[in-house]
Amino acid sequence: MATNDYVPHAAGYVDNTGPKIVTSRFHHRDSYTLERYEATNGYAALRAVLQMQPTAVHETIKEAVLLGRGGAGFPAGVKWGFMPPVWPRYLVVNGDESEPGTYKDRLLMERDPHQLIEGCIITCFALGLNTCFLYVRGEMAEAQERIAEALNDAYASGYVGKNICGTDVSIDVVLTWGAGAYIVGEETALIESLEGNRGMPRLKPPFFPAAKGLYMKPTIVNNVETLANIPWIILNGPNAYKEFGSEKSPGTRMVAVSGHVNRPGVYEIEQGVVTYRDLFYGDNFCQGMRDGNELKMFIPGGGSSPWFFEEQLDVPIEGSLISAAGSMAGSGAIVVMDETTDAVKACLRVVRFFARESCGKCTPCREGTTWEEKILQRIYNGHGRPSDIDLLLDIGSQISPGEYPVAAWAEKGLTAVPFPPKQTTICPLGPSSVAPITSAIRRFRHEFEAKMTARPADEPELRPAGETWVAVEIADGAGNTSDVEAAEVHS
Amino acid sequence: MSRLDASNVLLAREIIARYPRPKSAMIPLLHLSQQQNGHVTNEAMEHIAELIGVTPAEVLGTCSFYEMFKREPVGRYMVNICTNISCQLLGGEELLHHAEETLGIKPGGTTEDGLFTLEDVECIAACTEAPCLQINYRYENRVSLGRFDEIIAEVRGGKRADVPTHGTLARIRQHIDPDRLAGIEPPEVAGVPPWFASRQDEAKEETA
Repeated sequence: MATNDYVPHAAGYVDNTGPKIVTSRFHHRDSYTLERYEATNGYAALRAVLQMQPTAVHETIKEAVLLGRGGAGFPAGVKWGFMPPVWPRYLVVNGDESEPGTYKDRLLMERDPHQLIEGCIITCFALGLNTCFLYVRGEMAEAQERIAEALNDAYASGYVGKNICGTDVSIDVVLTWGAGAYIVGEETALIESLEGNRGMPRLKPPFFPAAKGLYMKPTIVNNVETLANIPWIILNGPNAYKEFGSEKSPGTRMVAVSGHVNRPGVYEIEQGVVTYRDLFYGDNFCQGMRDGNELKMFIPGGGSSPWFFEEQLDVPIEGSLISAAGSMAGSGAIVVMDETTDAVKACLRVVRFFARESCGKCTPCREGTTWEEKILQRIYNGHGRPSDIDLLLDIGSQISPGEYPVAAWAEKGLTAVPFPPKQTTICPLGPSSVAPITSAIRRFRHEFEAKMTARPADEPELRPAGETWVAVEIADGAGNTSDVEAAEVHS
Repeated sequence: MSRLDASNVLLAREIIARYPRPKSAMIPLLHLSQQQNGHVTNEAMEHIAELIGVTPAEVLGTCSFYEMFKREPVGRYMVNICTNISCQLLGGEELLHHAEETLGIKPGGTTEDGLFTLEDVECIAACTEAPCLQINYRYENRVSLGRFDEIIAEVRGGKRADVPTHGTLARIRQHIDPDRLAGIEPPEVAGVPPWFASRQDEAKEETA
């Protein structure tokens, strides 16, 4: 059925010829309806599960090594096992997809909401809990509509709610939604938001959601794509699942390739089989770079991930291999930039995102991301100062000590990005802003230096109205002093 | 009248009952008030505080954190143009500048006729369709400058019935028939679901 082309009613999705686990219904125009879902083996996995022991369902998912698709790539079955025997316990579905470049959960929610709902119910059954919250990003009005309609139909048909499929099993799934905050994609911030608070992350430990989550009760937070895999795994078994993908990362994953390629799109690919080169240049995928241009760099796993370059093109798209190569698979968001791209501008744009989205709870992130943006902006404007590049790296190391992720990794003999990164903040948002900076400076330092002095000699240095820049000299104890010109004093 | 009206109070009560604690209904209720009034008013926040049993300050605290809640009147249509990296690479900033010129406003501003408010937003998850924008959170993909003008003309000419006015998100709401509800209890009283307890006992017997 695969057409190897765009599917008009699923904007952006390309029905490539590879195996399909989560996007198998996308080519049907009415893939979001209960009728279509039932006609294509929908809720068959749920019926099978209801005849099993909950622990057996949990074991099945564990055996399949279903890795989380939200960013961290942690095995879902193992995560489920972290819950202490305390009730009530909750399942929270993270549908707050907002990492720059990420575009997969929205399609899954809009095009196949029943698959997600079935995955939720099976998970609730396996873990012995009876309330699930499906948290959808606020801006995704259509996804909210589709899920609301699907839930209403599923309740009416006995797949959700009281006495599911005529058994004694009763589970509620509640649709809830956010209101525009990237940080709510972080699991503890999502829980805060679901409790009606400002979406600010909690400190881990002690607030690991599996132990102390929603209302301080054990809570599992899973990504939409992770849960969408579950009905297929139950129906076909973990061994069939492991036939796809690699040993460490079985199955498929959805990737969204955007930027300067001929056919940007959302593709379901086998993990560890397809390389970035296949993906960017393959006929089945993106069909090469725009205008035959050369690749300059690409973001392999969302705005938070360190950049890759042409020498990483042959890395297979698989979590552990991408980590070994110095970045992360993250959310499967791949942004491709060709030779015409201004590295400083691209870096500035990604950093501005983190500066805008910092929740403000931790000082290194709140202040640091803003400083980073300001300094990058003045470099971009041609008003940079000689110490700015070092200053940027220094601020980065205050947010993420150890120069995570790439600035000096070769010198230190590091082969993999430590995950989670070393951080002086509660959550990884601040450290994420460091990744594009260190990536860009390490590779394109000359571009930063050229930009810095691009201001015509007769143009005076810009100073924001009403503000005075004060150069502060700081001694490092060894008799050296350095300008910390980011210190900005209102006079 | 900017408190929630009678029918929305009924809807609010239904929403509150869906959460183990009333405060969890905060964000859905703020959306509901924005749907009614086009923005979130102080009176609505006070009303929400009464409904869920918190102080108005707590409602303001949550409300002010989230970008989608507008505490000042905005246009009937929010035009949200993405300028994040994927869109920037393919002309998102040029689209924003074109929109500024066409509408005669800067991001955050509202046209004099009260029809459009312009915003430059972060990634809206349509990256393969860059440059993209949302009008009242409905997607427009691969928007050329010419297409932008068409969209604005369509909205002005009343030809976009598919786009509701600002404040309305999903036009289909979840509604759970009380007979179908499994039962949502406060976390203080909820325990092991009986169906799970009986299966655990069965499993124990089998191993014994």
